[in-house]
Amino acid sequence: MSNVFVSEQSEAAAAGHPSGRLLEVEDLRVEFRTRDGVAKVINGVTYHVDAGETLAVLGESGSGKSVTAQTIMGILDTPPGFVTGGEIRFHGRDMLKMSAEERRRIRGEGIAMVFQDALSALNPVFTVGFQIAEQFRVRRGMSRGDAKKRAAEMLDQVKIPNAKQRINEYPHQFSGGMRQRVMIAMSLALDPEVLIADEPTTALDVTVQAQIMDLLAELQQERQMGLILITHDLGVVADVADRIAVMYAGRIVEEADVHELYAKPAHPYTLGLLESIPRIDEKGQQLRTIKGLPPSLLRIPSGCPFHPRCPMAQPVCAEKVPPLLQLGPTRASACHFAQDLVSRD
Amino acid sequence: MGRYVLRRLLQLIPVFFGTTILIYWLVWSVPGDPFAGKCGERACPDSYVQFMTDKYHLDDPLPIQYFHYMANLLTGDFGQTFGGRDIGGIIAAAYPNTIKLAFVALTIEGVIGLTAGVLSGLRRNGFLDNLVLVSTLFLLAIPTFVTGFVLQFLLGVQWKIISPTVSGDAPISQLIVPGFVLGSISMAYVARLTRTSIAENSRADYVRTAVAKGLPRRRVVGVHLLRNSLIPVITFLGTDLGALMGGAIVTEGIFGINGIGREVYRAIVTKEGATVVGIVVVLVMVYLLMNLVVDLLYAALDPRIRYE
Repeated sequence: MSNVFVSEQSEAAAAGHPSGRLLEVEDLRVEFRTRDGVAKVINGVTYHVDAGETLAVLGESGSGKSVTAQTIMGILDTPPGFVTGGEIRFHGRDMLKMSAEERRRIRGEGIAMVFQDALSALNPVFTVGFQIAEQFRVRRGMSRGDAKKRAAEMLDQVKIPNAKQRINEYPHQFSGGMRQRVMIAMSLALDPEVLIADEPTTALDVTVQAQIMDLLAELQQERQMGLILITHDLGVVADVADRIAVMYAGRIVEEADVHELYAKPAHPYTLGLLESIPRIDEKGQQLRTIKGLPPSLLRIPSGCPFHPRCPMAQPVCAEKVPPLLQLGPTRASACHFAQDLVSRD
Repeated sequence: MGRYVLRRLLQLIPVFFGTTILIYWLVWSVPGDPFAGKCGERACPDSYVQFMTDKYHLDDPLPIQYFHYMANLLTGDFGQTFGGRDIGGIIAAAYPNTIKLAFVALTIEGVIGLTAGVLSGLRRNGFLDNLVLVSTLFLLAIPTFVTGFVLQFLLGVQWKIISPTVSGDAPISQLIVPGFVLGSISMAYVARLTRTSIAENSRADYVRTAVAKGLPRRRVVGVHLLRNSLIPVITFLGTDLGALMGGAIVTEGIFGINGIGREVYRAIVTKEGATVVGIVVVLVMVYLLMNLVVDLLYAALDPRIRYE
């Protein structure tokens, strides 16, 4: 389908944007102003995704991965959340400087989002057909009948059996996995260039998780979308992601090609995450964990935010914030000792 | 669904007998002589009392009297007052006025209450929100008879904008102020209920989804948010209509509306037992039917609710 943003891309390139990337987040800063104080939720996040590429954003709860996504979508709850700095460029244009109407047009059509819990994310009082067809009617000006036909096609594409009948059912009449498929169908309705999937499988059974991940990967390949996959599950991302960005306390601490990251993590936090995956050859042994808890965002530790939990911490870690340094063409790490980590065997 | 409705309708039968027995027994347990003061200054002549006692089976035990009464009622005969007026006729004359008043009150509650609630719920802590909160608190705190007398005095007597009392056939135009008085407390309640419901649902995930789909704000609010937020409000309005149909003794009294509330009050004072029972039976049935309608409406509004 032809897209309005294609022309804007060439304009952006003409305006001298060097990267020509599809979606770029640069030095994004978001804070939550609460009664207890200001929580710095995002502290300079930089990542990007190109067409046909899957970026996995990995992190514990509270690391800021979902808030980053909400900020990109423009659905951050304000108040308490405020963007205090940075840029989000879509086809080279900073969305944070766009008018509300311009941003609205990008939603669904340029960038779409799949939410974690489809049961609460779908409107309980409308049929799934209505909720999908609504986009065709409102955004594409289709008639009720055509829109409904397209909605059934969408359900078919996400492999829901009996799509024609099921569009007349309500979200609560679907099983968890089918409901997540509806959610995916809805987000893909307007053929978005970037899809953000915010923990799309967290609320599902393990067997269903794999099906949904496969479906997402397949649709992404077919449509050559940029996919941002937000997750806290390292196991989920290994098969589908091209690159991984690891987040901690509102920062990217490591970014790498998926194979590089698994083979040789360049940040102690990533190392800890990888070691805490249960392994079949260590059956019966105690699972390794990262000791301690993620920091309170109201009081982020000085220096490297991970230093209180880091097994490699040195005095310098409590004093200096390690910048995210490029270690190679596709990888970067925010650790003072990244070189040591990569070069050791 | 059909079976559910049938079951609910069948449940009306025991309720019908239960309420009639209870009301019948209560009415006739009230001490006092129905013929006291019926014949002016003097006591009623014995022959008259004897005649009336025989005619209305007043010497029979209560269960027999009840049996006579029910036998007539089931053929549609509500009986007569001691003055010989047909009770069915009294109800037929008074009820339309009460229904008119109830719908005027309900419309005012719905339109003003909902609008105020939606606007204040969408902009919480704004000027309008505070205005709504204070004014509804004010309305909730004032009893109906105060609102009634004050408005009647100011609008009807002092400024002569309305006629202070309602004429016999109770045209809608004259029922607006009484309807406002009758609905004022529920209106305040509707406003607050809507406000809470809107404010709560506006943070719901599905509203965020609707925004993420790139829908215009008026559609997010007007379709996704409103439809969900109105469910509790509409249920409340339905129940309230059932209550309003029961007549408004105070409001009808203040504005002299010839409605069912005034009739029942008059019948209690003059010890017209048969009239009281007849009216209450009708009111109980109407209330139960309204409740059934509300339950069905609830299922129609929220597809997650299914009756089997």
